[in-house]
Amino acid sequence: MGYAKEQLLARLQELQIDFAQYEHPVVLTVEAQAKYVGHMKGALSKNLFLKDKKHRFYIVSALADMKVDLKVLSQRLGLGKGGLRMAPEEALGEILKVPLGCVTPFALVNDSARHVCLLLDQGFKSQECCFFHPLSNDMSVAINFRDLDKFLNSIGKTPAYVDLEANPPVGKDQPPDLAGLVPSDAVVLPDPSEKIASSQGLEKNHISVNNKPTATAAKAVKPSNASQKERSDSAVNLSSSFGDPEKLVEEILEKTTSIVLSEVKEENMEKYQEQLGTMVSNSIRKQLSLELKSILSMFKNTSYTEGFYAGTHRQPKRM
Amino acid sequence: MDKNSSDENQEQKEQVVNPWEVSAKGKIDYEKLIEKFGCQRLDPSIIDRVARLTGRPPHVFLRRGVFFAHRDFHEILDAYERGEKFYLYTGRGPSSEALHLGHLVPFMFTKYLQDAFKVPLVIQLTDDEKCMWKNLTVEESQRLARENAKDIIACGFDISKTFIFSDFDYVGGSFYKNMVKIAKCVTYNKVVGIFGFTGEDHIGKVSFPPVQAAPSFPSSFPHLFTGKDNLRCLIPCAIDQDPYFRMTRDVAPRLGYHKPALIESLFFPALQGETGKMSASDPNSAIYVTDSGKDIKNKINKYAFSGGQDSVENHRKYGANLEVDIPVKYLGFFLEDDAELEHIRTEYGAGRMLTGEVKKRLTEILTEMVERHRRARAAVTDEMVDAFMAVRPLPNMFD
Repeated sequence: MGYAKEQLLARLQELQIDFAQYEHPVVLTVEAQAKYVGHMKGALSKNLFLKDKKHRFYIVSALADMKVDLKVLSQRLGLGKGGLRMAPEEALGEILKVPLGCVTPFALVNDSARHVCLLLDQGFKSQECCFFHPLSNDMSVAINFRDLDKFLNSIGKTPAYVDLEANPPVGKDQPPDLAGLVPSDAVVLPDPSEKIASSQGLEKNHISVNNKPTATAAKAVKPSNASQKERSDSAVNLSSSFGDPEKLVEEILEKTTSIVLSEVKEENMEKYQEQLGTMVSNSIRKQLSLELKSILSMFKNTSYTEGFYAGTHRQPKRM
Repeated sequence: MDKNSSDENQEQKEQVVNPWEVSAKGKIDYEKLIEKFGCQRLDPSIIDRVARLTGRPPHVFLRRGVFFAHRDFHEILDAYERGEKFYLYTGRGPSSEALHLGHLVPFMFTKYLQDAFKVPLVIQLTDDEKCMWKNLTVEESQRLARENAKDIIACGFDISKTFIFSDFDYVGGSFYKNMVKIAKCVTYNKVVGIFGFTGEDHIGKVSFPPVQAAPSFPSSFPHLFTGKDNLRCLIPCAIDQDPYFRMTRDVAPRLGYHKPALIESLFFPALQGETGKMSASDPNSAIYVTDSGKDIKNKINKYAFSGGQDSVENHRKYGANLEVDIPVKYLGFFLEDDAELEHIRTEYGAGRMLTGEVKKRLTEILTEMVERHRRARAAVTDEMVDAFMAVRPLPNMFD
């Protein structure tokens, strides 16, 4: 159907992400969840699954007591005053692949959710950890925002933190401050064959999840080095061995393709036209040179060491 | 060039810089230091020359003046242009397991030099020195040497061009012969003058300087440089190591060797401010390579000395004092993008950017660096350390 809770937890462990998990009876609301984990270390989150008039979807994940004003958010996203509504129930299952009451940033691991825009409450950053459902309502996972970022980066999403209390004026001279986060494509609901493909094994899903343009113009404002490196750094944790050419090639290809895919988007195509290729190449060089040199140095040193060890432990030829 | 003891004592009221102590009232005056030591400033024309000769942009530490002084670097470059190579020599005194960013600075720069000039490198771990000065047991200092070797290797040195050795392991043979030759050229009075030894210091200390001097001569490494007695040596180090090498340079011509060239760096300022160098004994004075992202954020936010004003209004009015602001200084070391650094300095100096933003950016950069280092370190096995430290030929060391 989609990612299972166990697969997600296994993935978190693989990425060496710190988290705590708590099982409890199925809960459908934050109040109910609070009964079981409210006393634990960690802030509860409330997660809204929203949709705009152009059938684009958003997850707003905020501290439980944060007041989220949909009208304000809608304006800040450039959708006008009444542009955001709660998404219909069917969309939960079709796009996020989670049951009712289980909206969670982790749902983005599903390929079907690749165009969903995730807005995270800036307030998460000052919490030691926050609670989210790991794709099912019978468990809550406590995780620090940095580790959540690590996870999001590993699935090719750039975390977007927003001050949900802010209400900046939007007008002719003040463009909507969150407009850059709006997904550039309309969502295409996945057809059944894609659904099967997306649940086949971690590696494959990992690759297909990256096949989406990450349309965050906000990224262009930040020095792109940091956000790209952040993403590639966490994906890097997947291969801890430097002696395996296959794994390293996979890692390198993944980093490169993720840059290509994030740079080849409508606004860049318009801006650069035939020069798009050059621009993407330069981007790749700038962002990956250091990283690739580092990986290959480690590979060389590892190989040499293996040879050295073998050489020094060589048995003399038996006559 | 060397002042005698009484002059040194007068200077000591102002600032003290030697291999075992670095302190000053207020900021370290590097101009005075260059003058007192008698080394040269690295000027922009040399940096351009390096870029031309190596065919790549100069390292960020050169561009920002972190490595700011030298002795005879011109000659190394002249020889290089003629097709004569050289080898690099740097080292570490393994006194603690915890390495901080200040420790990594010379290694990061040395790696750049190795890659840019394509030359071999020897790294000396002075476990004997720490055993003597810090009163560690022999075993403990050897253990620390191996642990530190892992962090050094994690900086990315090329194993086919790098030889790491610890004094306890390697001293002997040709190395020891050079030590004795060097020792014969330096009188007791001289070492007292240079290093400030007293009658109470044990003889181990007094006889240590030749150990740190010997790697400057290629014949100390017969398995690497046989037949290359003419090979020059370039030593990247922090400026407090200058005394050792002034002594070595004095001795070299008498033994028929080239004087080793030096390229020297500033001290990495402590988090709390520019009055000295980072100390491994005060955990909040530095960012360690074992710090988590959380630790880094905490340390920067809590302990990094800010040049910002005490209130937002004052800050917007007067701007930040870039001279004493630590986060901006750290960015100077580690933010590669010149344009971005300039932007931050301008905005922060004018008061348009707040301290929090600068600290946030710094935290980002340092966290990324530390994580990359950790990953690399995790890949270093004991076998790899053994391989780096094995006395073996390096046939491709100039490739």
